[in-house]
Amino acid sequence: MYIMIVGGGKVGYYLAKELVEDGHEVLVIEKEAAKCRKIADELGDIVVRGDGCEGITLETAGTGRADLFIAVTGDDEDNLVACQVAKNKFNVRRTVALINNPKNEAIFKKLGIDTAVSSTALILANIEQELPSHPLIPLLTIKGSGLEVVEAKVPAYSAMVGKHIGEVLLPQQCLITVIIDEEGVPRIPTSDTLVRAGDEVVAVCRRETEDALRAVLTTPAKETE
Amino acid sequence: MKLVIMGCGRVGAELAALLDREGQEVTILDIDPDAFGQLPPDFKGNCVVGNGIDQDVLRRIGLAEADAFVAASPGDNRNVMASQIAKHIFGVPRVVCRIFDPIRQELYHSLGLETISPTREVARLLKEALEREPVETPRGEG
Repeated sequence: MYIMIVGGGKVGYYLAKELVEDGHEVLVIEKEAAKCRKIADELGDIVVRGDGCEGITLETAGTGRADLFIAVTGDDEDNLVACQVAKNKFNVRRTVALINNPKNEAIFKKLGIDTAVSSTALILANIEQELPSHPLIPLLTIKGSGLEVVEAKVPAYSAMVGKHIGEVLLPQQCLITVIIDEEGVPRIPTSDTLVRAGDEVVAVCRRETEDALRAVLTTPAKETE
Repeated sequence: MKLVIMGCGRVGAELAALLDREGQEVTILDIDPDAFGQLPPDFKGNCVVGNGIDQDVLRRIGLAEADAFVAASPGDNRNVMASQIAKHIFGVPRVVCRIFDPIRQELYHSLGLETISPTREVARLLKEALEREPVETPRGEG
């Protein structure tokens, strides 16, 4: 495959390195001379100095025959324009853009970028389990039903801790289906199953009741009593 | 008319002042708070410090209710992105985008954006000036 990368910073450099090792034909376009030199010294003659948003640079670089075009500069607007020029002027089939603001993901899709990758969103997805403000992890959506399967850890401060499932007032159309204790042992709960701190709860709920379920799981004990 | 201008440089500030004097409702946006110093002291519009390619900022200033959006920041790509967000995400009826690079200007024009390339326009004006009969220049300015 002929893969073009716009932006020879850290992401562009390592991306190019991996793709070259995988046997692909790679070309990096980078504005700064120092970055170009580093790539040329370490990875060989695979770098062109220039602005990856400019038609002339892209034309000389043979963008017309690229199978894949990846824009990984530090600025979302530059990545957007580079991909749009590649797609609309050179008919590149697949464009990938790095985005910093995760909210740009939907915008980029709407503006014709095939894939928008947000490092912020990726990191958030990996730490969501640890964040008290993001206690519900969507596991799957049951297609067409409006139902979701979600997972959450019961925090130690939760009012649920020490109660039986039967005593917990769940939102309507919401069911706790599995409880996995801290040792990793799953149980299908009955009304007298005891909830303990650190239990993983798997529940089926409606999308509309998600917030109510989140509230039940995370309301501190003293606030309710 | 409710208008939003991104970029309070010479052009953005001049345009904002003109529209404000006409009695239009103008909001001008810039990432640099010092940029608003370019506006005349009697400017009555809103000055907002913020990033014009951040949809949260654009929502906060009420872009969805605006009649027109002008992108006049110094960055072509920033102008292109902001204009596309205004047009395709917020549905602003009139969007005008400044793009210095004539090649990019042509591309985005063909993609349906209303664009102006100062590079091309000024070159044209200069050429026209050269081709005209010379006008008498007032003494001392030659």
